[in-house]
Amino acid sequence: MGQFIQYIQSYLASDKTPGAAGNMFWVLVYILLVFAGLSVAVIAMNWLERKILAHMQVRLGPMRVGPHGLMQPIADAIKLLLKEDIMPAEADALIFWVAPFVVVLAAFTVFVVVPFGPTHAITDMNIGILFMLGVSSLSVLGIVMAGWASNSHYPLIGALRSSAQMVSYEVAMGLAVVSAVLMTSLNAEGTGTLSMIGIVQAQQAQGEWFIFKFFPLGLVAFFIFAVAMIAETNRAPFDLAEAESELTAGFHTEYSGFRWSLFFLAEYSAMIAVSSIAVTLWLGGWLRPFPNLLTGTVWNQLFSLFPGITFLFFAAMCFYNTARMPKHPLFRIQTIGLAGFGVILGLIGLVLFIPAVSVRIQDIFWFSAKVAGFMYLYIWYRGTFPRYRFDQLMRMGWKVLLPLGLGVLILTAGVALLQEKIWHP
Amino acid sequence: MESMLHITTLHYLVLGAALFLLGVIGVLTRRNVVIVLMSIELILNAVNLNLVAFSRIWGGVHGQVFAIFVITDAAAEAAVGLGILIAFFRNKETVNIDEVNLLKW
Amino acid sequence: MAPVATPFFFYLLSGIMLIGGILVITRKNPVHSAVALIITLLAQASIYLMLYAPFVAGVQIILYAGGIMVLFLFVIMLVSIDRSMRERQFNSQWVVGIIAATALGGLFIAVYTKGKDIFPEHVLPIVEDNNNTQEVAKLLYGQYMFAFEIASLLLLVAIIGAVVMAKKRI
Repeated sequence: MGQFIQYIQSYLASDKTPGAAGNMFWVLVYILLVFAGLSVAVIAMNWLERKILAHMQVRLGPMRVGPHGLMQPIADAIKLLLKEDIMPAEADALIFWVAPFVVVLAAFTVFVVVPFGPTHAITDMNIGILFMLGVSSLSVLGIVMAGWASNSHYPLIGALRSSAQMVSYEVAMGLAVVSAVLMTSLNAEGTGTLSMIGIVQAQQAQGEWFIFKFFPLGLVAFFIFAVAMIAETNRAPFDLAEAESELTAGFHTEYSGFRWSLFFLAEYSAMIAVSSIAVTLWLGGWLRPFPNLLTGTVWNQLFSLFPGITFLFFAAMCFYNTARMPKHPLFRIQTIGLAGFGVILGLIGLVLFIPAVSVRIQDIFWFSAKVAGFMYLYIWYRGTFPRYRFDQLMRMGWKVLLPLGLGVLILTAGVALLQEKIWHP
Repeated sequence: MESMLHITTLHYLVLGAALFLLGVIGVLTRRNVVIVLMSIELILNAVNLNLVAFSRIWGGVHGQVFAIFVITDAAAEAAVGLGILIAFFRNKETVNIDEVNLLKW
Repeated sequence: MAPVATPFFFYLLSGIMLIGGILVITRKNPVHSAVALIITLLAQASIYLMLYAPFVAGVQIILYAGGIMVLFLFVIMLVSIDRSMRERQFNSQWVVGIIAATALGGLFIAVYTKGKDIFPEHVLPIVEDNNNTQEVAKLLYGQYMFAFEIASLLLLVAIIGAVVMAKKRI
């Protein structure tokens, strides 16, 4: 027993991720934490999407189920679990059963290398970004299998369109990623790195986020990746393959109940995963804004107050809405619930002000805040842009983004070479 | 039993040889062209496994570079092979290689 | 990083690969064969990780499992398989095929039992440094640059060839 406790404590002093340090116990703990965090994030995303989309369309969204619809995702989950499990008559049972699991597997395995901090990742692979791109391309297989196994026309066409779209935009994504990885090699020994933690540390060492580097090359590469990642996850405005008005929900038409919720879970996890790639590669990962410009203990302390302030702001919004609730006796439970939720958020905010907690939470908070910004952008695009037709979509993937990506790559390589020759001849 | 618990290079080579044999059996005995092509991919993978195992034991990464080239070649060959299959299927409406006998006298 | 439970993982992954290989060559439905091949390829990527070749493992996942197998699945869906699933699955020369494969297997066994002493040591050292990608890049763009360029030319030829082959009218 003492040996076990010593094994647990031997990791706490090291400065590597648990996977790199070889400590199995902490690897399992981190995996459970990432799993739990991802589930909470998907539930929150569901609620946020419906509320934000509703407010953009000048309506209210779900308001009944909990105070301001806060229990709506839980009600949805219970409904999906209790639904009847239907399988089409002539469907290939094995493939029909396996397809949602392949998509969920591909969407969740990616999080093994996502860096929430310099030591806050499950592991730090040498090929981090390559692993993420590769495993997220395995979800194409699941979609093709789902569409084929449904033994019906609309899912088959939807699956073929969806997988063709995903494969096309993977090329543009790869080129944008390569030009970002190129920028990591501008250091003393002249070698870059593919590891996710190494990319953020390169941004820290070079003093600027890669989105601002070699202006406007970093920005264009980020833009290409931002567009390609929306097409990669089949979200609006690239959601022709699964939109309800086009192909009766595309490749997951024949899936109902729990299997459909697996596809839905995988879609949101994939959104968070590619946003993590964008945040790590271009937006400085876990670094706080202006890490090298505004240095000093005063600025550090100011920025370290942000996590607590964020949660206190949410708590204040909860209390404000509690005061605005109607005074009818039927709303009493909702008012109490909302006030209780505000109290919980306020307590979390106050806990985050404690220095011992705040020091550990900093990196995770900034990373999550940037990914949350990307999630808001996803919902904003869904509420704003009209849908692309499929031939327009493919034209943009191959004829616009691919040449643009190649051009950015060549120019970035040229500018990087010039910088090496001029400043380190 | 002790030698089975310690994984040496020979273990990887035997695994590669077994996969190679499975691929050869698939190529020689199946009638469906798509499955024959997939068996060819199995053969190429067995060769890759051998290359990477040898690269591990002799140090250096030459074997891994060779394996990357083999994977690239396999992609090109799968694309062209499946193109031929589609062209053939368009004419004959079957994927049975026993039907590819137009030149048989 | 020190390896953990290597014999267990090796036997598990090699069992998955061999079962996947057997399923590939014996299934009647080509889609089931393709799924078995995907499982085999993913298990092989894990074995590459055990052999301290993470870059080749990443390339295998992206190209093989995520590219070539998608191509196979597309073609299987385009080519109607209902008729082929009702026909006989194994061709008429299967006896000769099995005999030839057995002879090849005997050859392998002979070569391996004779030559298993040429390997320098039976205890392979643990690779500690973490720059496999950089080593591969140094070789790929240094010594094998010519082969790299020829491989890209080969891919160009394959693209043109596949497009010409699959067009309805040239």
